[in-house]
Amino acid sequence: MMISQPVARPDGGVKVTGRARYAADYFAPDLLYAVLVTAPVPAGRVTSIMVDDALAEKGVVRVLTHEDMPKFGRFASPRAEPDTQMQQAEGPPAAQSFMPMQGDEIRHEGQPLAIVLGETLEAAEAGARHVALRFEFAEPELPAPPEWTAIDKAAVVPRESGFLFLEPTFTKGDVDRGLSDAAAMVEAVYLQPSRHHNAMEPSATLAEWNDGELTLHDATQHVYGVRQVLAARLNVPAGKVRVISRHTGGGFGGKGWIWPHQVLAAAAARIMQRPVRLALSRANAYSCLGYQPRMAQKIVLAADRSGKLTAVQQDVVNLTTVSDDFVEFATEASKGLYATPAMRLSQRVERANVAMPTALRAPVEGPGTWALESAIDELAHRLGIDPLDLRLINHADTDPATGQPWSSKKLREAYEEGARLFGWRERPRKPQRDGDWLIGYGMATCSMGCFRHPTPAAEVRLHRDGRVLIRTGTQDIGTGTLTIFPQIAADVLGLPMEKIELEMGDTELPEAGPTYGSSSTMGVGAAVLAAAEDARSQLARLANLLPDEVEMHDGHIRRRGAAGGQTIADVMSHTDIGEIIGSGSFDPAQHGNGLAMRTFGAIFMEVGVDPGLGLLRLRRAVGSYSAGRIVNPRTARSQMTGGIIWGWGMAAMEQSRHEPVLGRFLSKNLSGVAIPVNADIPGDIIIHFVDEVDEHASPIGGKGIGELGATGVAAAVANAVFDATGKRIRELPITPEKLL
Amino acid sequence: MNFHDRHLLRLRVNGEDHSLSDLDPRVTLLDLLRERLHLTGTKKGCNFGECGACTVHLDGRRVNACMILAVSCEGREVTTIEGLADGDALHPVQQAFIDHDGFQCGFCTPGQVMSAAALIEEGHTGSDAEIREWMSGNLCRCSAYPQIVEAVRAAAGRASQ
Repeated sequence: MMISQPVARPDGGVKVTGRARYAADYFAPDLLYAVLVTAPVPAGRVTSIMVDDALAEKGVVRVLTHEDMPKFGRFASPRAEPDTQMQQAEGPPAAQSFMPMQGDEIRHEGQPLAIVLGETLEAAEAGARHVALRFEFAEPELPAPPEWTAIDKAAVVPRESGFLFLEPTFTKGDVDRGLSDAAAMVEAVYLQPSRHHNAMEPSATLAEWNDGELTLHDATQHVYGVRQVLAARLNVPAGKVRVISRHTGGGFGGKGWIWPHQVLAAAAARIMQRPVRLALSRANAYSCLGYQPRMAQKIVLAADRSGKLTAVQQDVVNLTTVSDDFVEFATEASKGLYATPAMRLSQRVERANVAMPTALRAPVEGPGTWALESAIDELAHRLGIDPLDLRLINHADTDPATGQPWSSKKLREAYEEGARLFGWRERPRKPQRDGDWLIGYGMATCSMGCFRHPTPAAEVRLHRDGRVLIRTGTQDIGTGTLTIFPQIAADVLGLPMEKIELEMGDTELPEAGPTYGSSSTMGVGAAVLAAAEDARSQLARLANLLPDEVEMHDGHIRRRGAAGGQTIADVMSHTDIGEIIGSGSFDPAQHGNGLAMRTFGAIFMEVGVDPGLGLLRLRRAVGSYSAGRIVNPRTARSQMTGGIIWGWGMAAMEQSRHEPVLGRFLSKNLSGVAIPVNADIPGDIIIHFVDEVDEHASPIGGKGIGELGATGVAAAVANAVFDATGKRIRELPITPEKLL
Repeated sequence: MNFHDRHLLRLRVNGEDHSLSDLDPRVTLLDLLRERLHLTGTKKGCNFGECGACTVHLDGRRVNACMILAVSCEGREVTTIEGLADGDALHPVQQAFIDHDGFQCGFCTPGQVMSAAALIEEGHTGSDAEIREWMSGNLCRCSAYPQIVEAVRAAAGRASQ
């Protein structure tokens, strides 16, 4: 049994020796290097782009401007239905509708205005510095000052531009009555800044045309999405676009949807009739890609004397562009976490001349749990109830928004085991000190919705010598899929891991959807399972056995429970087939209908605060999760640890601040934007998974874990800071000036 | 020196002598390795010495290759991630990163491994706290930090504290 074993990553060898190749590691004969010239102001028009000095640079071949670019085609949203607002919308997998270099208009700082192409990177970079721009400056729409009154005033109801995945408002029950009946109430506003993915690999694209066919080596979480959007933008049939992404150097949502630079690289290569590699600079990554937008959330929680919620109200406003209304659905947390007779939720947006936001680990419940789990802690203190008990009192036995039963939920066990591992019940209730450090304890609930994308496919090829090749067009972004898919096939086919190869990251492979939304194990994993079972069934028929009654073990196939059996080679020697090709897919519509699906967990944290210096340090953490079957506890542990550290960054460090004059990002580098480093993180992070199988979410029995770990953390930290200092911090990140 | 001068550069990379004529003086050691020698294991994460993804050994010392001009490497010896293993036998740090799951996406890993190998040589692995401090020039956004500390500790041959 390989499933549930802590198997080491088969990609370890190539990743520790530098042999794993990422998009910018590819070459092509006659390659041109592309460097972007971007807008230094957030609004207006570019009136002239002077390229002579750039072209005078040795090695600069061409400078492309909007006048050189083809008219890019419209990308129709796959969600579009006739006669709806969606007809005009674009939306995912396109990251934004606005395409730069189609005219002289400037909508945000950092927007590409020109592409310098050089024989060498040095020439292209020097050329880019010598491109001179003239502007007609326009007054930009600016982000409101970071306070509720200003943001509330600027906020508008979002229009459907392809990113309104749910209704912007939701009500249930009689909220006014719930509020007036309450014995205790919390009303508070929680703020968080814009925050970038800062993946270690800056996005890069190598585009090459041959006889009207485009091949792209790309840093992406969705090769098929790249193909779909590029085909539309460049007006070529999808079949003429091949996208390859063997390894992606961190995604976190930032490479999920398709950004303009991917289109621009391909367009430049077509114009030049030469391969073009466009690797974004670190600064480009702040304005040519997305980020989680600045958000303000006003929450009202009302409860009776026993702590039972009587009403929940949540108003969320997120920053977006002047082009598209990106909506960050933090209200999903209130819809999914606690039992309440009444709720009133709303999502609004604030438009400004800024770059386009996007999904960032963890979207939706990530911001949602920051606000809700802080407010729950405040309510617990007001009621004099332990924060864990208040959560147990309001445990949602069915989905709070729909009343549907859960596909599977073991949150009570997760709370209990997490609390035991942390020593929550035994924690000191009086203020604690360790030298200069005030010690505090905090906890929060973690939760994430289940995104099940239709309909990933996979192929499992069983060779007569017992070697297996899995083929599926999904991506390696480091989450563990390169390990768990072979585990799944090994299990079905009774073969050791060494016999199994996996090919991913190519549109020549069966389509398998995006690697985001914590969806791969459930979806692609189930497709691999089905394909392996199909291969086994075919082998069974060749062996004159009933497919439903066989098992495979140690290279043999036999009737379940029988001894010995026939080897794969023996069975296949009866035929002239060299290999069996099993196919499988996963259609979420066939699984778990009528059931609500979520992952759950609890995070417990101990922090230290130095009140003299305003320093905040993580001392230890316990994460305990209910997320269905865990296919590989070793890679899963890394996912959860990584999520918690990601959450620590959100809580204590990360911000991409908009400067107040032009709304530009203040820092566009890794010196000015703090993210966690090794010295920030203690070794004492314990991960626990509740023993659970969710047979409804997917035949794998597992759900998603990539984002779950990052939820709840910011609130747990703020709650621990309150425990340590008595200060309630409602604005992230919790930096020293807020603690002094 | 002017940008349009071209230079002759001789250096040794992973035990192999290279002689480059006509070298643009603006080329960094990182871009020399990646774009001229096609040794792409060394990664470009920021190009400003902020992330450590381009860490290599220059005459046995760890450096950020993006912060070194190639022309300053005349006659010097460079070891990259491609040259760390002894043939097919992984360097103990490489093996430890696999054994302790010290990576996810793998993009920062070459730099992490090169830093770790050097700081073990330098004797900066006396405690977990010391490892954490000395490994902090290498960012890992997947945040494999606890596993990286475990890997470096194991490679340094110390028992768990």
